[in-house]
Amino acid sequence: MAEHETNVLEHTDTAGAWDGGKEPFKASYGKLMMWYFLLSDAFTFAGFLISYGALRFSSPTWPVPDFVFSTAPFGIHGMPLIFVTIMSFLLIISSVTMVRAVQEGHRENKNGVVFWMLLTVLGGAGFLSCQAWEWTNLIGTEHMTVSRNPFGTHTESGIYLNPDGSESDEVFEAGETYLLHKAGASHGEEEHAFEATPGEYKGYVVNEEGFIQRKFKVTEGVDPGAVKVQPVWHKAFGALFFFITGFHGFHVLSGVVFLLIILINAASGLYVKRKNGYEMVEKIGLYWHFVDLVWVFVFLVFYLL
Amino acid sequence: MASHKTYEESIRDVYKGLALLAVVTLIEVFISLLGKGHIGVDLSGSGIVLGIIALALIGLSIYKAYFIIYEFMHMRYEVKGLALSVLLPTLLLVWAIIAFFQEGNSWKERREDIKKREMSEPVSPQGVLEADVFVPELG
Repeated sequence: MAEHETNVLEHTDTAGAWDGGKEPFKASYGKLMMWYFLLSDAFTFAGFLISYGALRFSSPTWPVPDFVFSTAPFGIHGMPLIFVTIMSFLLIISSVTMVRAVQEGHRENKNGVVFWMLLTVLGGAGFLSCQAWEWTNLIGTEHMTVSRNPFGTHTESGIYLNPDGSESDEVFEAGETYLLHKAGASHGEEEHAFEATPGEYKGYVVNEEGFIQRKFKVTEGVDPGAVKVQPVWHKAFGALFFFITGFHGFHVLSGVVFLLIILINAASGLYVKRKNGYEMVEKIGLYWHFVDLVWVFVFLVFYLL
Repeated sequence: MASHKTYEESIRDVYKGLALLAVVTLIEVFISLLGKGHIGVDLSGSGIVLGIIALALIGLSIYKAYFIIYEFMHMRYEVKGLALSVLLPTLLLVWAIIAFFQEGNSWKERREDIKKREMSEPVSPQGVLEADVFVPELG
């Protein structure tokens, strides 16, 4: 960003043209380069999303997002997609306040720019806080990490066994997603006496990492009547989730930092002297809209589909 | 830039854009929950309906992307060459996405083929020990 700034200063000195007498694409150097930076960034994000898609397509099942992402703060459970919809709205609203900041910039209205940029920063910070909560819940409560995924999806219908090996009344259907609980941790109503040491027990298995994999009797599927153990599926799910949403969150974080820097510059009157309609605000605006744009697709592939 | 519009008009457009994006997002969430059987009828059994829902979600997301790029990022007011130089390379991405999703699907089919073959023809005449049954490494 600092380099851009000096370049812009140099070029505005040569009457707006980049040195050749004519501006390519009638755009300033900084703005055009921001577009190309965003294009290259789109390729990076697409690389992530392509690996996500290819692995998801290659797997017979996938954790159902409405089950995985159904928790919200203040003890809300079983509300699919609510929290992440709020996060999306925060980004959309901050995108709109950014447009307003750019508009006020064109009118050389310093107070307007500062006000609307401040709201944009608040929106970005709100999004980051929501993401921090979401990650804390996934890592701390549900024990999902980059290398460990406790979520799985049944490929057959069946009935769970009780810890003592008898049939329970908990029925499930193929396609239903489950969360493997950690042995020893209390999970409200799940407080049956599960052993904590790894090994095979009558109605469940405790694996090396301490997760309880319950046994079930297949009622509908490849071999009905057989007793099977809940498998650990899709190891890559955690890594893909944390890397993709983390990379996006890092973009939001850097965006907030740059917005703050430009906000302070604008408030100090630096851009008033440049007399170029607050072009710096326009450039960080392009970046900020791109962050919103990427979220549209992260939201699509991770939460909606 | 947006100089052909008055200040008031462009402000009104911005809030119209906000309403549009908000409504499209809500529709997306509604369709997604409908497809997963959380609202109303359970559609989770029928493949065609789920396919239509997936296509609708992708279409709406692309519309949102178009709106953000053209209105919020002012691509509409840039020179055509600039727009093309940014948008044409993304066609490479579309190609890569289609190719790799097909590839992922083919990995799955191959694994299923292998599993079927292993189950139907015992490898050794003594029969297969349980430990030898091929379990594909997933994920």
